[in-house]
Amino acid sequence: MTEILLATYNLCRYFRVAGPWRKGPVLKAVDGVNLTIRAGETLGLVGESGCGKSTLGLLLLALLAPSKGEVRFAGENLHRLPANRLKELRRRMQIIFQDPYSSLNPRMTVRRLLEEPYVIHRLGDKNERRAWVTEILAEVGLGPEHLDRYPHEFSGGQRQRLGIARALALKPELIVADEPVSALDVSIQAQILNLLIQLQNRYQLTYLFISHDLSVVSRLSNRIAVMYLGRIVELGPRAVFAQSGLHPYTTALLSAVPLPDPTRPFQPPHLQGDPPSPIHLPSGCPFHPRCPEARHLQCREEVPQLRGTTTDHWVACHLR
Amino acid sequence: MLDIHNLAVRFHTPTGLLQAVGGVSLNLKRGETLGLVGESGCGKTVTALAILRLLPCTAELSGEIRFADENLLRLSEERLRQVRGNRIAMVFQEPMTALNPVLTIGDQVAESLKLHRGLSTRQAWREAARALTPVGLPEPNRHLSQYPHQLSGGLRQRVLIAMALACAPDILIADEPTTALDVTIQSQILALLTKLKKDLGLAVLLITHNLGIVAQSADRVAVMYAGLIMETGSTIDLFQNPCHPYTQGLLASVPKLDFDQPPGGTLAGIPGQVPNLYQPPRGCFFRERCSHETPRCQEPPPWVEVEPNHRVLCWLCKNDQEFRNKSSRFK
Ligand SMILES: Nc1ncnc2c1ncn2[C@@H]1O[C@H](COP(=O)(O)OP(=O)(O)O)[C@@H](O)[C@H]1O
Ligand SMILES: Nc1ncnc2c1ncn2[C@@H]1O[C@H](COP(=O)(O)OP(=O)(O)O)[C@@H](O)[C@H]1O
Ligand code: SF4
Ligand code: SF4
Ligand SMILES: [Mg+2]
Ligand SMILES: [Mg+2]
Repeated sequence: MTEILLATYNLCRYFRVAGPWRKGPVLKAVDGVNLTIRAGETLGLVGESGCGKSTLGLLLLALLAPSKGEVRFAGENLHRLPANRLKELRRRMQIIFQDPYSSLNPRMTVRRLLEEPYVIHRLGDKNERRAWVTEILAEVGLGPEHLDRYPHEFSGGQRQRLGIARALALKPELIVADEPVSALDVSIQAQILNLLIQLQNRYQLTYLFISHDLSVVSRLSNRIAVMYLGRIVELGPRAVFAQSGLHPYTTALLSAVPLPDPTRPFQPPHLQGDPPSPIHLPSGCPFHPRCPEARHLQCREEVPQLRGTTTDHWVACHLR
Repeated sequence: MLDIHNLAVRFHTPTGLLQAVGGVSLNLKRGETLGLVGESGCGKTVTALAILRLLPCTAELSGEIRFADENLLRLSEERLRQVRGNRIAMVFQEPMTALNPVLTIGDQVAESLKLHRGLSTRQAWREAARALTPVGLPEPNRHLSQYPHQLSGGLRQRVLIAMALACAPDILIADEPTTALDVTIQSQILALLTKLKKDLGLAVLLITHNLGIVAQSADRVAVMYAGLIMETGSTIDLFQNPCHPYTQGLLASVPKLDFDQPPGGTLAGIPGQVPNLYQPPRGCFFRERCSHETPRCQEPPPWVEVEPNHRVLCWLCKNDQEFRNKSSRFK
């Protein structure tokens, strides 16, 4: 069994939605998530927009405080640590965002952007830092000629390379990649995915790879977690997703992916309607208003818990 | 039905002349979906806006867009208004910005009915609920009194499609109609467009960057790159026998939904970036990224018909064809 790098226990994050007059209702962005990330693996996290993927990613890196539950990184509860210990652990985990532009200070040159992590963590002297920056830049496929340019002078794909370079600077173990290729054109997307795979192999990185695109997730994940309205509804090794007996929501997601194959017969939409508002969650199984299989009373009355079916495969559905 | 011939669009900008569309020819037939696919900035939206002449005055247009025996580029503003919305309608990517946030759905649907069908206010309101029914709005009467922000993205897009269809157009241009939507909603909207095309005999120009959408929804495809159509053919031919190096690269870049293979490995992809449209390269626009480049590629490539109705803008295919012709002569 490989080492567990990160684990969450009943992790919850609620937001109070501000109302005009009084305190508004509670929005359960992440609700009772239990998952583990193993050293060296890529765990894919899929789900539609607003299901809580980014919030979960921020919680895992202690960039957001949980409302309930805990996150353990290398055995330590991230939200109970003294600040200096947390700072040490932070070096070992980094994040890559969808839109690198908004996360890169537009007034800093590439050199300063990439030096900053070393400065913050007081690593190396001036010359060492220079050498490291050049090295890391080459690692992501950019050259020393880019050092004195500003982020706006780069294309979307190149900016994402800068985002990756910054995340890589401190040689982290875990990288949360939040929709890293969603804003990119498909030919550039392929370049960035290749880079992420290459870096993982070279540095034994562990990824939490967040995406709404199942094809992208299927490309590089060892295990996949499917999220719906703040909860993990399915979690298992990739091979499981080629089989039948999946969570009805996963089945619907899979059938909705438009495949680049015109001989595939027309797939009538699996689901009717829209996901319900995360503020007024349906009773019972949160998926029941849209679920084509929700025939049981239980579906409307009882929240299904994540249960192991076969080894390592977990489903939250009364019928599975 | 719609015949675009050698359409070119150039923008006068502070930094110089930008050639957004560099001579595009396309045709659209009744009851058919033509997929226009390409990466961002390749000129898809500009092409669509040129058809409706909705481009700003900094745009310089040339070529011909024939529709109902007229050249849309030569039409008077007044004639154009009749065509726009009445015979050719358009749906955009972002359903929120296309709706007025301070008017109810009913106001806006009724307004478009009044405008295009000359109905009175009373008649228009009565018709409005009926107009919302074919696009699959669950409770048309309730939605009429709602404001755009009270609807989900998917429902808003349905409202916009209903408004576009209110005047019974011949042609529907849908520019990335599902890009802002989740996949399960996307599949609902695509199924709706296919159904409407069949039921109403519409001609649909479906613009998208997503090859999967094209494969599932289009009858024919045109692949666009840097303002030019690079390859066009039936969807089946194009996906089963892609001939242009760009089409091949694009298809190889798409990650496959595949859980049986081990993860990782490299995607083929396409090296490099799109050319600068202020100074397009000499000869083939794809030259700088193409692995099949030959000295001939410094001249503008010719159109080659590789199979009936399957055309490619590439020297490679020309060379192949010449080679085949020569060898068949020797046989
Ligand atoms: N800071 C916040 N305040 C209030 N609501 C939030 C905040 N951040 C996220 N949310 C809400 O939490 C839910 C999950 O959001 P997010 O994690 O961004 O989803 P995803 O990344 O899957 O699209 C959404 O309904 C979102 O509106
Ligand atoms: N109003 C405009 N003025 C100047 N350039 C424009 C204008 N509209 C579009 N462009 C340019 O034309 C090119 C094609 O744009 P567009 O048709 O929107 O691409 P697509 O829809 O394929 O993503 C881009 O380089 C874009 O920057
Ligand atoms: S518990 Fe019931 S409603 Fe929920 S996914 Fe399973 S069958 Fe559907
Ligand atoms: S014309 Fe030449 S450079 Fe252009 S795509 Fe064909 S082979 Fe490549
Ligand atoms: Mg997100
Ligand atoms: Mg566009």
